[in-house]
Amino acid sequence: MNARITVATAGRVLTQLRHDPRTIALLLVVPCLLLALLSWTFDGQPAAFDRIGPMLLAIFPLVVMFVVTSVAMLRERTSGTLERLLAMPLNKLDLLLGYALAFGALAVVQAGLASGVSLWLLDLDIVGSAGWLVLTALLSALLGTALGLLASAFAQTEFQAVQFLPAFVLPQLLLCGLFVPREAMHSVLEAISNVLPLSYAVDAIAEVAANRGLSGQASLDYGVLVAFIVGALALGAGTLRRRTA
Amino acid sequence: MPVNETPAIEVSELTVHRGGNLVLDRVSCQVGAGSVTGLLGPSGSGKSTLIRSIVGVQKITSGTVQVLGRAAGSKPLRALIGYVTQAPSVYTDLTVRENLRYFAAVIGASPRDVDTVISSVGLTDKSGALVARLSGGQRTRVSLAAALLGEPQVLVLDEPTVGLDPVLRRDLWQLFKGLASSGSTLLVSSHIMDEADRCTQLLLLRDGRVLAADSPAAIRDHTDTADLESAFLALIDAEEVAAR
Repeated sequence: MNARITVATAGRVLTQLRHDPRTIALLLVVPCLLLALLSWTFDGQPAAFDRIGPMLLAIFPLVVMFVVTSVAMLRERTSGTLERLLAMPLNKLDLLLGYALAFGALAVVQAGLASGVSLWLLDLDIVGSAGWLVLTALLSALLGTALGLLASAFAQTEFQAVQFLPAFVLPQLLLCGLFVPREAMHSVLEAISNVLPLSYAVDAIAEVAANRGLSGQASLDYGVLVAFIVGALALGAGTLRRRTA
Repeated sequence: MPVNETPAIEVSELTVHRGGNLVLDRVSCQVGAGSVTGLLGPSGSGKSTLIRSIVGVQKITSGTVQVLGRAAGSKPLRALIGYVTQAPSVYTDLTVRENLRYFAAVIGASPRDVDTVISSVGLTDKSGALVARLSGGQRTRVSLAAALLGEPQVLVLDEPTVGLDPVLRRDLWQLFKGLASSGSTLLVSSHIMDEADRCTQLLLLRDGRVLAADSPAAIRDHTDTADLESAFLALIDAEEVAAR
């Protein structure tokens, strides 16, 4: 572990994004527009928007960061920059944490904007505070980054990397409680949803939106999320091989 | 004659398979410290695989590779070896300077090194340009500049002069000579025979085996030829006669 290399890597990833303003605009604006669209479709049913809006604040960062990270990491692999870096005095975790730091920073801005728009422009009504929404969104983004880094190891082309979104993320979306509460699902599906990380991000944000402060249930959800993030990063580090065939 | 008594790189009985094919077949060779050694051979002869083995990023079947007295790929070596892959391995969505600043931070080189290496490869007027906007030859030079950061003791360059104009190639070879005279060891692969004469030592590789290892003059003398292209052909012919 080397803080200098981690910070330099995060800076490099953010500089790459800075040269791509359209991607930044898409990352920041699209979640806000989707939330606005959602609130208008629930016109006249504010209670439904109050239930689903926070869930989406937890889902967007995971989806977006998963795609962005898996494509970015795949580029590192295919362009030879990964081989160059691994031939240098760089620890694999420096690279992974650098990515997590950069996309985590981006996620805070994204979540802050989306939460602000929801609370003040779209009249999203929550009991808890906006800070917990942003924190949950940050954890969800880090989870998306960690899963994206891991997924990129199994893709040979960018086409494949993008297809991992419907393969890995959509099942989690269907089972996370957004459409049907998890307790109301068939027990087999509920059991599956219990081992999928997005379920815990959605549970956590619903919990902190519905309660003042941090409930015991939310702390538990956060703990599980952090465990998933650390686990995915560790597995991701395992897929970075200095020696290849 | 070796340039120096202790070799900077020592490869012994190296065998490598890639995708089930034998790519290197019990290759043994040495690269003298302070030499500019040319690794020559046709495309597919195993040059890149030998280079990857020396850098320590290649899975090998058997044999040993020692660089500066340590096993290739071992941790302390990573700060001492500069490596240029065949395809330019730099970030196309960063500028020349941003790329080099990042790599300088990773290897712990001083930020002042960045301008030095940019000028070494003749890209000072392009330092603020995005790599994506550069020509192929310019990208190759950015990749080379990254390997020069931190004044590595051993530089391993896989076809660094492909697609460059003759003036630039001459300038780069002068740069390589300068680095060698200040104590670095260079291993440069090429499939262009007229570059071979610029090297102090040559390794001729064909079908994953070492065909000859000597100075350009000695190889010409030995084969009784005037240029290295003919010398290479004479060596291939001699080998095929011997195999019959």
